[in-house]
Amino acid sequence: MRPPSPSTPEKDFFFAALDAGHRLDGRAFSEPRAPALVFGPALGTPSSPSERRGRRARRAPRADAPFEGVLSVHAELSPMAAGEVEPGRQSEEEISLARMLDKIFRRADAIDREALCILAGERVRPPPTNLLQSHAHPQVWHVRLALHVLADAGNALDAAVLAGSAALRHFRRPDAEVVGRAVTLHAPDARAPVPLALHYTPFCVSYALFAGDGEEDVRALLDPGLLEARLAHGTLALALTPARELAVVHKAGGLPLAPAALMRAVRAAARRAQELDAWLGARVRDDWARKRVEVR
Amino acid sequence: MSVVLPGELVYAQHKNIKLGPGLQQVIGEQGESSTVVTRAGTLEQNAKGNKFWVEGNSRRYVPAPQEPVVGIISARQGEGWRVDIGSAHQASLDGLAFEGASRRNRPNLKVNALVYARVSLAHKDMDPELECFDAQTRKADGFGELKGGFLVRCSLKMSRNLLDPNYFLLPLLGSRFPLDAAVGMNGRVWISAKEVKQTIAASRCIDAADPDGGCMDQAAVKKFLNTLDL
Repeated sequence: MRPPSPSTPEKDFFFAALDAGHRLDGRAFSEPRAPALVFGPALGTPSSPSERRGRRARRAPRADAPFEGVLSVHAELSPMAAGEVEPGRQSEEEISLARMLDKIFRRADAIDREALCILAGERVRPPPTNLLQSHAHPQVWHVRLALHVLADAGNALDAAVLAGSAALRHFRRPDAEVVGRAVTLHAPDARAPVPLALHYTPFCVSYALFAGDGEEDVRALLDPGLLEARLAHGTLALALTPARELAVVHKAGGLPLAPAALMRAVRAAARRAQELDAWLGARVRDDWARKRVEVR
Repeated sequence: MSVVLPGELVYAQHKNIKLGPGLQQVIGEQGESSTVVTRAGTLEQNAKGNKFWVEGNSRRYVPAPQEPVVGIISARQGEGWRVDIGSAHQASLDGLAFEGASRRNRPNLKVNALVYARVSLAHKDMDPELECFDAQTRKADGFGELKGGFLVRCSLKMSRNLLDPNYFLLPLLGSRFPLDAAVGMNGRVWISAKEVKQTIAASRCIDAADPDGGCMDQAAVKKFLNTLDL
């Protein structure tokens, strides 16, 4: 089912409020909502109030990339998220969300895939059945990041990226020891699990764009709510690293944006990414300290 | 009282028993009747002991007859309209179900307009039906199209609270500025005030007092209202 378009009074009121400089929840135009993050009990399963994530497995590497591990990103909008989502059928929003997440995490190279390689090899052979002790077969780690959106209050993309980044930062994989061509996997209670090697932690900042009198007068609302996202004339999603590098720029809707306005949005997004990075780092460290994993 | 989940059998006995929302009577094979719970919540009972119901909170609306709802017109359908009331199926609103409507004189409702209507038929196997008047007296009674204003969404418990005449929120807001409100049992509240800031303040207060949202009580909402820009 397509999301129903907002009723006429909602639309009229929203634009009247926007012209008067107000947002529906009282925030300023460039004020984001404060995120909240909850980590699950197992090692490496966080869930922000809107998301959850998944695990990893071992498998043979792809034939064209024998030295790299595999990351697959899987996103799903649960029918709890919004009244219009049907289970089994992918709505447009779900497809565009899955595509953006794939671009941000997989194609923009957030994880160091070569570090996920256990045993490199030229020929790919099927993995053995006894996975704990294996000999001379090329093996890499396959990390599967699964994001389930449970409730959508607008801007599920930013929340999904935050949850995914938290998952990747928080996760620890079992330590694999390679001696010659023999691989031994150590259970988590035998040897301390090892964090994933990340090139950077991606953060996404989205804006809902609304037309004004001219190109310069376009209003950009940071972290749009549900009604704001539905009524937006255009959207701008920026995925960046805390080191002020742009990973993905996604501008949709067709609303022309002046270069100066775009750069203002990018600079504000860079500041926000740094704030989020500091916040996320502190939360991950706190949670690990609380889990009291000892290394002997 | 106790928390119950759907599917549980409860003991509800009285000479003259009345089952409210969330409870259903099931007749067994031997003819014995038992009461089964159909919604999650707490089992409540009135003082006299003859009325039982399940008090819970959710956001998805299940239509029941005689409940006022706020609907959004989604399409024309023959002589009437299809209305989205937030339930699993869209409802039908007949073109003649308005005060003073006749074949030649029908209300002019456009798609995406808001209507305040009452559920006249709600059967689990059929699409619900709405009417915008009292079928006996044929008077509007406040139902009909809602023009202007803004639509706020809240949880079902909050909309039940707002319909309670003893609840504090609407009188509190009304004492600060003049306010028009139409509360639907489907978790939608239409509010209309003269200024944009007032409507936004009312919308934020409803969200603040909502058990799903801010969960604030009267004193906290009063303090919150004072911090808003009015």
